[in-house]
Amino acid sequence: MKARIGIGTMLVTLLAVSVFALTGCGSSTTGTTGGETSATTEAPAQEGGALNVAGSDTMVNLSQAWAEAYAEVNPNAMVTVKGGGSGNGIAALINKTVEIANSSREIKEEEVTQAEAAGVTPVSTEVARDGLAVIVNTANKVADISKDDLGKVYRGEITNWKELGGADAPIVLLGRDSSSGTYGFVQDEVVGKDKLYAKSMRNMQSTQAIVDETAKNPNAIGYVGLGYESASVKPLTVDGVASTVETVLDASYPLSRPLIMISNGEPTGLAAAYLQWILGPDGQKIVADQGFVPLTQ
Amino acid sequence: MTKPSTKTARTGRPGGFSRAADAVVRRAIALCGWLAIAILGAIFVFLLLNSFKALRELGLWPMVAGTDWYPTVDPARFGFLPSEVGSLWVTGVALLLAVPIGIGASIYLSEFAKGRVKNVAKSIVEFMAAVPSVVLGLLGVAYLSPVIQRTFGLDSGLTALTAGVVVGVMTLPTIISISEDALYSVPSSMRQGSLALGNTAWQTTYKVVLPAASSGIFAAVMLGLGRAIGETMVVLMLAGNSGLVPRLPLEAARTMTGTIAQEMGEVVRGGTHYSVLFAMGLVLFAITFAVNLAADLVLERQRKRWRR
Repeated sequence: MKARIGIGTMLVTLLAVSVFALTGCGSSTTGTTGGETSATTEAPAQEGGALNVAGSDTMVNLSQAWAEAYAEVNPNAMVTVKGGGSGNGIAALINKTVEIANSSREIKEEEVTQAEAAGVTPVSTEVARDGLAVIVNTANKVADISKDDLGKVYRGEITNWKELGGADAPIVLLGRDSSSGTYGFVQDEVVGKDKLYAKSMRNMQSTQAIVDETAKNPNAIGYVGLGYESASVKPLTVDGVASTVETVLDASYPLSRPLIMISNGEPTGLAAAYLQWILGPDGQKIVADQGFVPLTQ
Repeated sequence: MTKPSTKTARTGRPGGFSRAADAVVRRAIALCGWLAIAILGAIFVFLLLNSFKALRELGLWPMVAGTDWYPTVDPARFGFLPSEVGSLWVTGVALLLAVPIGIGASIYLSEFAKGRVKNVAKSIVEFMAAVPSVVLGLLGVAYLSPVIQRTFGLDSGLTALTAGVVVGVMTLPTIISISEDALYSVPSSMRQGSLALGNTAWQTTYKVVLPAASSGIFAAVMLGLGRAIGETMVVLMLAGNSGLVPRLPLEAARTMTGTIAQEMGEVVRGGTHYSVLFAMGLVLFAITFAVNLAADLVLERQRKRWRR
């Protein structure tokens, strides 16, 4: 018994010393006298430990890519990412099973109340932006749609392409299901907060399913994240503005939304270091690689 | 000296040890039986507890009979009717397809197929059961939905019919295997008797073997029904999931299983929407329970008639 404890404590101290030495080394080279760490490309602090992240399915690939890249920058940290949806992520944050929740929507009031009751203070950090592309079949003659008309289409007030300057054919409405952050975003921004989606809209189970069906169906219209645009479908310009990284960033494109990470209170320790790295150039480069829109530096 | 003792051990009543072992095993088996009932009860209680909030706030009838499903607007509308009718259409189409084909195939396998053909066909049926539903869903999206769209001149091939056809294919192995077992277990003396009276093979099958195996075939159909109503993935991919109450299977529909699976991921834990989804599960549970109970009662009556 005694011998085992001895080895254990030895290992722990060894680890602590080495970590300490590493961080000490880092800070001494960047200069402790200046107080503010100067703009070096080094990771801010080598915080060790485990960090659990869960939430939005929209963000799960992005989040995974961050975690993998961060493992190379900071080998002492172990970031675990799970999907499950924004609601599940926030629930996990409230139950304190994760340190960070990913969300492709703002936290709801009901959730804030729940969090406060559980002694959790949710703090949101915007980590990237996502633009929403409106896509149609490549055979569709319509090229532009106003945001107002898009609302009418999704409320079921416009049901024929003729009314939008296209062929005389019924519009086949494609959307996500109510569990999707994208669905909620279109509800708020396009359909209207107190209005209803047309009942005839098909609630597709994934963004890819919307792309696939639009590629096959000449009368379909759908909305997808910017990263899902492909040659098999045709994106419409909205109010005359094309959906590109630039137009989402300068907010001239009418359909853009934030992707956020939520922590319990102001992030500290590893969580703070991780978020800082994500907001830094390396993290934001991954945002662009994954087809989302990086924040302005 | 040894001979008589072994003789008494064999013919006499079981000794103390084996009697004790017998009692233990009997208790253990009884426990297994009770455990199954306890689990069923626990599921019911679990669903009831979780749907309590929805039942209190909204009431059961407004949910069961409500036609609007808008779970995220304010005020939210939780009507199950689109999902209920959608489930009905998908399951109906599936059974309409799977029951005749399934029973036909099982009759062929049990009564007419011989030797290698029979063995190969049986293993293919068993293999069908092993195909993951996502794969069948993908096939449906790629091949079946365009065909259905063209054939019926629809806006989109994502309909209750499309999902129903694929779900029907998925229920086939269940129906075939179990009916085939039921037909196979009909004593061959009955067949021989029928043939000896001058019936042809086909007359023997539908006058003697089928009635004798009817309770087993009925059980196969019921299990197939359970399989069809509970299928989720294929329905999510193919049924179209609209909010309409579908009047025909040619319209886009949502099902109860699909709605629960799709929306559970993003709801606020412990919130009204969460609880409503459990209430929907409760309704689904009640429906399948009622169907199975009815089937059991029918079977029981059938058995009594056969015993006479």
